[in-house]
Amino acid sequence: MDVKRICFTSLSLQKCLCGNGAAQPMQSCRRYTSAGDSGSVAGKIVAASLLTVGGGVGGTILYAKWDPKFRAKPVKVEPLQISSVSEASKDSKQPQQMKEKKVAKEEKPPVQQEAPPLPQTIEAEECKECEHEAHAHVVKERPEEVVSARLAAQDRAEHDLLSSLSAKLDDTLGSSAKLTLQAIGAQEAALSAIANHTSKLKEAMDAEGPSDKTSAQWRSLEDALNERSRAADEAGAALLKAKEELEKLRKVINAAKDSKIDAARPQILAAEENLHSMVVDLDRAVGKVQTAQMEAKIVSQYSELVNEAKAQFQKELDSITPEIQANWKGLTGKLSPDDLNSLIAHAHRRIDQLNRELAEQRVREQIHIEAALDQQRLENQKTLDKAVGTAISHSREQMRLEQEKKIEDVREVMEAEMRTQLRRQAAAHTDHLRDVLKVQEQELRAEAQEVLSSKLMEQETNYRRVTQDQLDAFTLDMNAAYARLKGIEEAIDSHVVAEEEARKAHQLWLSVEALTYSLKTAVADSPTEPLETAAKAVRESCADNEFAVALASALPEESLSRGIYSEASLRARFYQIRGLVRRVAMINETRNSLYQYFLSYLQSVLLFEPEQLAPPTKLKPEDLDTFKLLSYATYSIERGDLELAAKFINQLTGEPRRVAQDWLKEARLTLETRQVVNLLSAYANAVGLGTTQAP
Amino acid sequence: MAEEHGRKWDRCLADSARTGFGVGVVFSRVSFHTRIASLCRPNVARCVGSGMGLGMGYSNCQHDFRSPYLLHGHMVKDQ
Repeated sequence: MDVKRICFTSLSLQKCLCGNGAAQPMQSCRRYTSAGDSGSVAGKIVAASLLTVGGGVGGTILYAKWDPKFRAKPVKVEPLQISSVSEASKDSKQPQQMKEKKVAKEEKPPVQQEAPPLPQTIEAEECKECEHEAHAHVVKERPEEVVSARLAAQDRAEHDLLSSLSAKLDDTLGSSAKLTLQAIGAQEAALSAIANHTSKLKEAMDAEGPSDKTSAQWRSLEDALNERSRAADEAGAALLKAKEELEKLRKVINAAKDSKIDAARPQILAAEENLHSMVVDLDRAVGKVQTAQMEAKIVSQYSELVNEAKAQFQKELDSITPEIQANWKGLTGKLSPDDLNSLIAHAHRRIDQLNRELAEQRVREQIHIEAALDQQRLENQKTLDKAVGTAISHSREQMRLEQEKKIEDVREVMEAEMRTQLRRQAAAHTDHLRDVLKVQEQELRAEAQEVLSSKLMEQETNYRRVTQDQLDAFTLDMNAAYARLKGIEEAIDSHVVAEEEARKAHQLWLSVEALTYSLKTAVADSPTEPLETAAKAVRESCADNEFAVALASALPEESLSRGIYSEASLRARFYQIRGLVRRVAMINETRNSLYQYFLSYLQSVLLFEPEQLAPPTKLKPEDLDTFKLLSYATYSIERGDLELAAKFINQLTGEPRRVAQDWLKEARLTLETRQVVNLLSAYANAVGLGTTQAP
Repeated sequence: MAEEHGRKWDRCLADSARTGFGVGVVFSRVSFHTRIASLCRPNVARCVGSGMGLGMGYSNCQHDFRSPYLLHGHMVKDQ
């Protein structure tokens, strides 16, 4: 064990001395990359992976820049970065314009489409003209509802983003945790493999048993070495992956931090803490692995040295005893005493040599030790610095995390307080608003009431006016109708009156016609029937007509009581009278003896005069002769002119007159009656014409 | 009035005849009885009487015919 320790220390010293320069970069690169001889491989892997990733991303971006359609695809693949960028630009100082642009693009786009179109717009900053051409012609302010909607949309977007972020965080956290665990596991595995290998190596080196066992040991050692290398590779790869993932996580966290969504802060903090812890664990595991690797290196170096020494020894042995087999483990049964002696001598020589070296070493020990100590101190310092640096960074990180946590707490508290204050302010504002609203309401109510009352008044006056107009119109109509009715009634009355008049006139006419007819009833030589009834009828029918009444009463009594003779009978009688008148033509007051009568008779027999003579228009005194008069009268009566005949007969004097007197009287009666009747008839006709209306 | 004239003539004639004959008859009788004149014959008496009667009848007739023209005056006493 002491030899081993010495060998270890010597090996370490040797390593320090010779492998100083090379150890550092190996250490430094071992920190972040895989361990040991797989460090370069890990570095290659890292480089290759970085190159591929970078190339892929760059190519994608270039192609996306070239082809706008392709932009949509990687957007969904890497929403986080884009969403972070989108968040950054979304929460820029001009959210309104963005909103307007968005609104101009699509009328209130659904929130789910906000994330993809947003990245599209954000990514397609170079191709804005494409979208501007399509949609940017309408950019105008929107009313409050839209603003609130937009705010809601923004909130929803934030929420979505937050959820996406948290989801991403969780995913990344999960993946990173998994990978870290894997890495840690791999590291542990590597550690165990290294430990195993180291132990096996130690065993192998310490074991000086039979060659079978050693070969088996060496084989197992090889296996262990392979195992170790593989585990180291795996650990390195896992570490790389974990580092990548952690980097991703850090980026995500940074993006989330950049998003400035407060609600995500605790999550971010937690994620950061997790990240930090994972990093710490990973570093610890890596440190362990590295220490193990260092130890293993020491052990391997020691084993190398031991092997070298053994090989040298073997070479010496061979040089001394060339017939001895290389595998000196099989020497145990075949060694002769000479060989043994030579071996012992060699061993003694070796021991002497070693003693000398030891003395030498003892002499140089101090210097070496000091140098080594210095070296070690330096290295220790370096490692210390590194460790300190790591610890500092870790603690800084820790403190930062704590600070952030505290900040977060304080922020939360402040948020709560601000919320309270805001709530208070909002409450005050609502109170104020309520008061103002109340006042406004009252004012508006009063105003509205006023307006209402005025409108009502207007409406009422309107209504009244309209009703009055209607009433007036109605009254007018009614009056008109009434007047018309009255007119109609009057017309009807007048009609009635007129009809009455007409009836009366008709009656009168009828009665007059009856009278006229009754005049005709005179049969030859007998008078007509008494006209009393007809005259009474006439009188009755014209009771209110003075003229007719006068006329009716102007009828001579004789005609009324006795009736009148017809013209024909008068004519006939006239001829008798004529004869008689001729016979007594000479008789008058002076000559009225019988002798005169005889003479007159003789005269009448002997005198011939024309029977009819047309009467002149003017009567001369010589026309007043009886016979002439008789001729005239005869002429007239033959012509039907009874009146003229009566006039002529009236001119008779003396006895002819006396003789013709009754005839004259009759003629006079007849003429009178006829005249009256004619007047009445004319009057009735006139009245009838006047009152008769066309049917 | 014509009938009256006719009636008048009828009356006249009738009266004359009657009167004549009547007076004649009466005269003759009277004369017969009184022997006034030896008026010889009764015819004469009759003739005389009838003549007297006729004349009376004639005058009556005439008076009858004149009657419308006769004016009857009345003495009006002035008192």
